[in-house]
Amino acid sequence: MDIVLDGFAILARWDVVAALLIGSIGGVIIGAIPGVGAAVAIAILLPATFSFDPIVGLTILLGIYGSSMYGGAIPAVLINTPGTAVNALTTYDGYPMTQRGEGRRALSLAYSASFFGGIFSVICLIVLSPLLASIAPHFGSREIFLAALLGLVLAVIVHRGQSVIAAFLVFFGIFINTIGLHTATLTRRFTFDLNFLASGINLIVVVLGLFALSQAFVLLVGRDESPETKPVSGGLFQGLGEVFKYPGTATASSGFGVIMGMIPGVGEFMAQFLSYTFAQRRSKTPEEFGKGAPEGLIASEASNNAVPGAAMIPLLALGVPGEALTAMMLTVFYVHNVVPGPQLFQNQLDFVMALYLALLILNVMVLVFLLFSTNMLLQVIRIPTRFLGVMILTLAFVGVYSLRNSAWDCIIAAVFGFIGFVLKRLRLPIVPIILGMVLGQIMEVKLRASMARVKTPLDFIDRPIAFILFCAIVIIIVMHVRTLIKNRKAESAKHA
Amino acid sequence: MTDKTPKLEDIAAAERLGGDRYFAIAIVVLSGGLLALIGDQTQWKAGSALLKQPSFWPGISLAGMTLCAVLYFLQSLRAERYATWDRREAVIWLRCLEFPIWFMAYVFVVPLVGYLPTTVIFCPLLARRMGYKSPRVLLSAALMGAVIVILFKGFLQVRVPGGALYEYLPAALRNFMILYL
Repeated sequence: MDIVLDGFAILARWDVVAALLIGSIGGVIIGAIPGVGAAVAIAILLPATFSFDPIVGLTILLGIYGSSMYGGAIPAVLINTPGTAVNALTTYDGYPMTQRGEGRRALSLAYSASFFGGIFSVICLIVLSPLLASIAPHFGSREIFLAALLGLVLAVIVHRGQSVIAAFLVFFGIFINTIGLHTATLTRRFTFDLNFLASGINLIVVVLGLFALSQAFVLLVGRDESPETKPVSGGLFQGLGEVFKYPGTATASSGFGVIMGMIPGVGEFMAQFLSYTFAQRRSKTPEEFGKGAPEGLIASEASNNAVPGAAMIPLLALGVPGEALTAMMLTVFYVHNVVPGPQLFQNQLDFVMALYLALLILNVMVLVFLLFSTNMLLQVIRIPTRFLGVMILTLAFVGVYSLRNSAWDCIIAAVFGFIGFVLKRLRLPIVPIILGMVLGQIMEVKLRASMARVKTPLDFIDRPIAFILFCAIVIIIVMHVRTLIKNRKAESAKHA
Repeated sequence: MTDKTPKLEDIAAAERLGGDRYFAIAIVVLSGGLLALIGDQTQWKAGSALLKQPSFWPGISLAGMTLCAVLYFLQSLRAERYATWDRREAVIWLRCLEFPIWFMAYVFVVPLVGYLPTTVIFCPLLARRMGYKSPRVLLSAALMGAVIVILFKGFLQVRVPGGALYEYLPAALRNFMILYL
């Protein structure tokens, strides 16, 4: 209880409250605009937050991360266009409800399910914290190396049908991270005798290129569109309680969100996919899914909103980010010399608790904001896409240039923007590059640190957690290969 | 913004789209080329263990990249749908190159003309290039540019240097412009 009060004490500052307000409301607005999304906003704002206290900077980013999916549900339900990519499944049942004239009910359900998922994950985090605090110190260099490796393996495997290219992009990310001066031997790696490459390629520059600039290019090259929206009539309060008519679906979906969020490299897509499939299987009316089933809407929204809170677990407890947004947040920790990992849980549990409480408060703020402002947000959705492209391009400049005032950074960001554009056009994933960069660096450092205590390869897994992680990696790879072989055989049989 | 409801398969799995083969060839050439340069671009420290060699991680990553790129290329050759030599897609990629040029032009002009004037001119110019002709939209673009500058440089104090042109302004205004705009 003392820790919870300490957490509140950290948050009880005007600048933190302002950050919470700006982050959560900003996140909803950004999430509601199709084609922007939390990743673009966080990438752009990242350098600006470096001048703030860690708690202020992280609260803004956390606010955007935690609230964007609430906003993303609005266009998903009303105009069949997900505001953020992870609201895609919301269109499945949300839009048919709108077509039936139940748009208001669908929005109320989406908001309440999101709120349920968000609060559920924060409660899980608070309950799990003492356990995490006791387990985290058992993670040494070897365990963190293996956890990062597990994250990369999962990042590859979860891209069903795209494992090969996801693996390529993970390796590409690891390679980018090796460019520059090798600090242990003071030798240059892949700098091509160019001085600006000696300091390496900055993660934020890559993030801004891959997420913000590429999105600007996609919008500028694409057709100009401005969706028509009709205002929602009546209040949104009355539908809020409907989520409790489906307690099993809401709880199971939030549970999927928490579990998938905690596992590095997995994230919202898998959580949504599993919870939706699960809800459909256990429903009394599975045939209604995809045609406006409230349970489908709840499954989608509760699961994706449970992920942000849970995704903080590997980041805070081990210093291993599970996906792109937490990887970006990691840079805020580093800039302020706050090193996430076992030490943070042991020495600064109040700080960790403050972040959890910030998540809790922002969920309440967002729900209240949405109940009164949904019709106003419909105006934001109507911003023409090419105009948005101009806006993102202009904002991306602030993000990249303000880092080091370097034109070279801007050139590198533009190159990665083009790479991201091509990947988006081909519908290939971008996140594995970021995970490769971040987790690759962690793996390189931790492997070097652990080599001092390792004489034979078996020494590497002679501790319980290391052994469990190693077994998990082997089992996951074997199962994936088996599935691939089975699919191949089934495909051959179909063609024969 | 499509009016088509996405399918579960669209989210969970992937299909090969036009231009895929250009991409496959590009990544094979990139990976193979970089791998071939590993001896030249990294050093081998005699007497040091393999895992501690500066070339260990670049080697692992480039070998992995090359292997995956070749596999992806082979998959692309075997793919049944869309993976043809789609020139339309390649043209779209080339058309996109215009925008990094706009971006870089903006980057190079800001230190000369200053953040506020450049942004207020750049936004409507790019908006005009994107086909917006109404004065209302162009004015909105200019206003948006001004708001971005005031918000980020004025309030958030991000580090964007003052323009060289600011030097010609009267002292008091010059200082204000350098600090806030």
